[in-house]
Amino acid sequence: MSRRPYLREVSRTAWFFKRPRYLRYMAREVTCIFIGIYTVILLVGVYRLSQGRAEYEAFLMALQRPASVVFHVAALAFALYNSFTWFNVAPKALPIQVGEEFLPDSVVAGGHYVVWVALSLFILFWAGVL
Amino acid sequence: MSENRMAIRQVELEVLRYNPETDDEPKFQRYSVPCKNEWCILDALNYLKDNLDPTLSYRWSCHMQVCGSCGMMINGEPKLACKAMVRDYAGVIRIEPLSHFPIERDLVAVADDFMAKLKRVKPYLIPGEKRSLADGEYQQTPEQLARYRKYAMCINCMLCYAACPEYGLTPKFIGPGAISLAHRYNQDSRDGGRDLRQEEIATNEGVWECTFVGACSEVCPKHVDPASALQQVKVASTVDWYLEHFMSWVKK
Ligand code: SF4
Ligand code: FES
Repeated sequence: MSRRPYLREVSRTAWFFKRPRYLRYMAREVTCIFIGIYTVILLVGVYRLSQGRAEYEAFLMALQRPASVVFHVAALAFALYNSFTWFNVAPKALPIQVGEEFLPDSVVAGGHYVVWVALSLFILFWAGVL
Repeated sequence: MSENRMAIRQVELEVLRYNPETDDEPKFQRYSVPCKNEWCILDALNYLKDNLDPTLSYRWSCHMQVCGSCGMMINGEPKLACKAMVRDYAGVIRIEPLSHFPIERDLVAVADDFMAKLKRVKPYLIPGEKRSLADGEYQQTPEQLARYRKYAMCINCMLCYAACPEYGLTPKFIGPGAISLAHRYNQDSRDGGRDLRQEEIATNEGVWECTFVGACSEVCPKHVDPASALQQVKVASTVDWYLEHFMSWVKK
């Protein structure tokens, strides 16, 4: 009897609609695009600054346009989502063994949150916001 | 549960059938199976085969979640048929062979690819230190055991492959199960084979094909947590790379 295995096609473009867990994964991945765009805006700002005071102030004005404000609020929300999802899976990449046990995931993830908050406060303080 | 364990309920099963000798493609077939409340899906399939349709093919052996042969898609989720309980499903239960693998016949998936990958990662102890019989056994502390114990629980059921979209899209990916087993031996204090395994798994077909969807860990019936194993291999391989390229003076 000869074998004639049947191969089922996997959709290259719509596979992530098949299970909710795939959609959650895509949400984590797609939100990083907003962080990327934000980084580009930041670099443009530095470039404008290098061009002189007038250019930089024009850049700051542009940031205050409603579309820009909407983008920044959205980017912040997506950046938070992205960070939370990554921090929550960090314990999988960094299990810490103490004797015969492993530290609970909440401790490893919690450590990430603590460092995150501390760094954010430091930067806000340093930038004169606080 | 207060219901009678022996209570019988008529359950509709929709089973994907494929006969390589006569069919050009698989199609679903409906069966109505009288199921007891205490039955797992495998019991329902066994009843079906014994009483309704002896032509149905599927794999199983232990009926107790250790042999790893009864993996199949149940309502779209990779499950062990001997672990999934009929009473946990309402309505029609759809049963298909494991996703991402070719179908040999009916619910039997072709496991050749997984078997070949398993072999490639050398999932056995390669002693680091050669000892003669007279030297006695290799000893290990409970801490050293804890380092890899979780990954030693794998029963090669391939559910993680059926859950992994990366494997579905890129079948050359060595995949969660095999890489977790490589990690299991790499983590073993008695083992010295990591360099050999790294040649297979610290590659584009190995861990770097993984994008950390995490589906493997969600479906693994033995809580092996393959996603964790793969991320650890990535971290360790990255450290290797830095040591090799920037700190070549640091003795390994
Ligand atoms: S890692 Fe889990 S799901 Fe994958 S083959 Fe092993 S036991 Fe099955
Ligand atoms: S029959 Fe052995 S694992 Fe299900």
